[in-house]
Amino acid sequence: MLSTIRRIAGLVFLVSITLLFLDFTGTVHAWVGWMAKIQFLPAVLALNVGIVIALVAVTIVFGRVYCSVICPLGVMQDVIARAGKRNRYRYSKEKRVLRIAMLVAMIALLLIGMSWIAALIAPYSSYGRMVQTLLGPVWIWINNLLADMSRHAGNYMFYHVDYRLKGAAVIAIAVITFVVIAVLAFRNGRTYCNTICPVGTVLGYLARYSLFAPVIDTTKCNSCGLCGRNCKASCIDSRNHTIDYSRCVACMDCIDKCHQRAISYTRRGKVTDHSTETTATSTGVNAAGRRDFMGVCALTIGAAAAKAAEKTVDGGLAAITDKQIPERDIHIVPPGALSIANLARHCTACQLCVTVCPNEVLRPSTDLSRLMQPEASYERGYCRPECNKCGSVCPTGAIHPVSLADKSSTQIGHAVWLSRNCIVYTDGVSCGNCARHCPTGAITMVPSISGDDSSPKIPAVNRERCIGCGACENLCPARPYSAIYVEGHLQHRTV
Amino acid sequence: MSKPNTICGLDMDRRRFLKRMGLGATAAALPSILESCTSGTTDGGRTSLTGPIPTDQMTYRTNPKTGDKVSLLGYGCMRWPVKQVKEGNEVRNVIDQDMVNQLVDKAIEHGVNYFDTSPAYGEGHSEEVTGNALSRHPRDKYFIATKLSNFAPQTWSRKASEQMYRKSLEYLQTDYIDYMLLHAIGMGEDGMQEFENRYIDNGMLEFLAAEREAGRIRNLGFSYHGDIAVFDRALSEHDKWKWDFVQIQLNYLDWRHASEINEANTNAEYLYTELEKRGIPAVIMEPLLGGRLAKVPNHIANRLLEREPERSVASWAFRYAGSHPGVLTVLSGMTYMDHLEDNLRSFCPLKPLTDDENRFLYETANLMMEYPTIPCNDCKYCMPCPYGIDIPSILQHYNKCVNEGNVPESSQSENYREARRAFLIGYDRSVPKLRQADHCVGCRKCVAHCPQEIDIPAETNRIDKFVDSLKRGTL
Repeated sequence: MLSTIRRIAGLVFLVSITLLFLDFTGTVHAWVGWMAKIQFLPAVLALNVGIVIALVAVTIVFGRVYCSVICPLGVMQDVIARAGKRNRYRYSKEKRVLRIAMLVAMIALLLIGMSWIAALIAPYSSYGRMVQTLLGPVWIWINNLLADMSRHAGNYMFYHVDYRLKGAAVIAIAVITFVVIAVLAFRNGRTYCNTICPVGTVLGYLARYSLFAPVIDTTKCNSCGLCGRNCKASCIDSRNHTIDYSRCVACMDCIDKCHQRAISYTRRGKVTDHSTETTATSTGVNAAGRRDFMGVCALTIGAAAAKAAEKTVDGGLAAITDKQIPERDIHIVPPGALSIANLARHCTACQLCVTVCPNEVLRPSTDLSRLMQPEASYERGYCRPECNKCGSVCPTGAIHPVSLADKSSTQIGHAVWLSRNCIVYTDGVSCGNCARHCPTGAITMVPSISGDDSSPKIPAVNRERCIGCGACENLCPARPYSAIYVEGHLQHRTV
Repeated sequence: MSKPNTICGLDMDRRRFLKRMGLGATAAALPSILESCTSGTTDGGRTSLTGPIPTDQMTYRTNPKTGDKVSLLGYGCMRWPVKQVKEGNEVRNVIDQDMVNQLVDKAIEHGVNYFDTSPAYGEGHSEEVTGNALSRHPRDKYFIATKLSNFAPQTWSRKASEQMYRKSLEYLQTDYIDYMLLHAIGMGEDGMQEFENRYIDNGMLEFLAAEREAGRIRNLGFSYHGDIAVFDRALSEHDKWKWDFVQIQLNYLDWRHASEINEANTNAEYLYTELEKRGIPAVIMEPLLGGRLAKVPNHIANRLLEREPERSVASWAFRYAGSHPGVLTVLSGMTYMDHLEDNLRSFCPLKPLTDDENRFLYETANLMMEYPTIPCNDCKYCMPCPYGIDIPSILQHYNKCVNEGNVPESSQSENYREARRAFLIGYDRSVPKLRQADHCVGCRKCVAHCPQEIDIPAETNRIDKFVDSLKRGTL
């Protein structure tokens, strides 16, 4: 009964959060966006005291139900573990040193602002990256199939979405995380949660003293050991009739398994906790997820198309060279991030903002100093004035929600003009596309020869008005490198 | 579309049915739909949308000089069907030769014998493909029309021009051209200057006249767009050049509204009357305005269908052009088999418009003028844009939305939400993002090439602003 409720609730969370990471339209967020915000680590990073207290309270009262219901990575492991043989688990002792070491390392990394490394082992963001990177393409492929059908049917129900393959490092991290966790789950159940996961460690120590918990009634127990063999947390020592509550994820499976009805979820009496006698034995389990990824994703540079030859025939389309990312001294983070430091400190790299960005501006960074955290670039689109989705979905406070009005006055960078690329000089034509599309009117076309109004017009950027949205960079006809590009600001400011 | 059985059963009054269907954009699809489920519903021998097309009923006009019996329906070879071919990473459109062969075979089988191409058409491949298809038939079964084209100044030298002419003969696999044209005189920033540079100063017009003397060109003429002074000048020199035919743009909209749509253009009424005065046969281009007279707003389509429920919307435009007695042939760029079949029904034989029907069409033209479509006929002369913009697709999408009522005036408009979605999603479907209007730099290289004299950068700019306000929701 209790385990059925747990399963249903867990699946609701798992499916909803998965959809959250797949839905590029942002509609799912209106309904279940809160599920991302009640995740433990994001709430801590967002300094969302209310939620943290609530989660702590729930754990102290009911045990680690968080790990069995709310945490998508936990539920995913349960789903995978179900595929394995029954009765395959057996009791093992707690790897306490490893657990504490991981937790301490995590806290230290967060404190010194290296949260991206911490994010590699954080449960919620790991799950987000897996879904976004591995399931996302499938989702978009299906959407595009439907879009083709709706196009043929002549309606506008579905629309096509571009998908570009993520960088090799990003895919590798997602694949390795998935493989490691899936193998661990398939073989030994909740190994990850009870050895590596820092959230599991924190909640585990609270659950040790939880009010309610599965309790073995020694008068009924016939020591058959069935509960222990079916405990995916390997925390039931059936020989000694004890349960290590720091590792129990309150899945309630043991209650249903016991033929003697000897286990019940109830208020704990004066049962002494024997599990503390475990000696610390370091078994040398490696956190296999961490490796150095020096591989720089190979950019397929489209054959540089020659300038369109002079027109001799009707029709045809000139080849368009793909834009290349300019070398920015300072990278760009979206409005609401407040500063590059703020984003780096709070972001768990869950990819939610990347999923919802409709303009292909945000993408996970492949830079080792901020691996997987979002950064903005404008080769495929620019940060459009009507969009503030990234801030509204971010659960950690790395990107704060901003109103459209605030966004249009937030300077996240400034445009820089490069005369050597400008088609006014290279092609000898008049242009002004940057000025025409600047939403703040920061760019004016001025004569290239001062005082000579008939000379070709070049863009002049008023830095005080530029917000760094990248419209100019994105729409600049110069390729592969734009003649105008955006340099990021370390600290965002308001116009 | 949901109950084809009802159509076949004919228990519903057809006129009422068509009205109910709200035909408009779907008009083009109609022939095939009806055809698929009927047998023997032709009424008293009159060619309707259904039934077999007679192969011996084509209407012919006689060329007063050569006595050629020219089919009133001529095949325009600018809009051949294309298929996508993958070349490395890039997908290219290539003319589908198999399809062209089938179209040409069907056309010749039904009596079409005039094929009009140019060295510039189809990204320069039209002549070759057309030649391949035609050479499978006896040379005396068809007339070939091609042109001395004029787009790139580097082809204007005497040497390059003669080479272009000889290439035409080679591609078309023939040693004579039946109808040779100077291509689109009057176009360009300075139409008169370009005419002189292209055809007079280099002696090419004299060269072509000499070729006519030698019999390698059987008829010499010109096609005209743009500056009326060039048209007038060419006709004033008729005694010298002895034009055998002239190709003009004529349809029921341009008859009296061409200069209203764009003051740089001239009404077809004037052009046609000037030719008639001199007894010069007229070859008609753009009888359907690149499909714009078929893709009309719903209520216009209904108006036409109400009067002739068993004929297509397009058939009105073709009958209109063909009804002028001084017309030698009416060109139609039939891309698909159903275009060809529909047109064959209009010309096998032609049922000329009555005075009353003519009046009705002119009233229809007045109604159409209320729709602010952009007069783009999708001829692709403006392409390729050096910055990769897909100009015709952008303008066509805009026109489609105008006709379907999907260009809302403000966010308060009744159907704003649906229209916005249809416009924006349709835009991304019709034009790849990198080829949309926001990438237009305004270099104006396209402007001189547009036969309809559209101020293309102004239009792309306007559409871009409209799209942006739709996206921002600030309309």
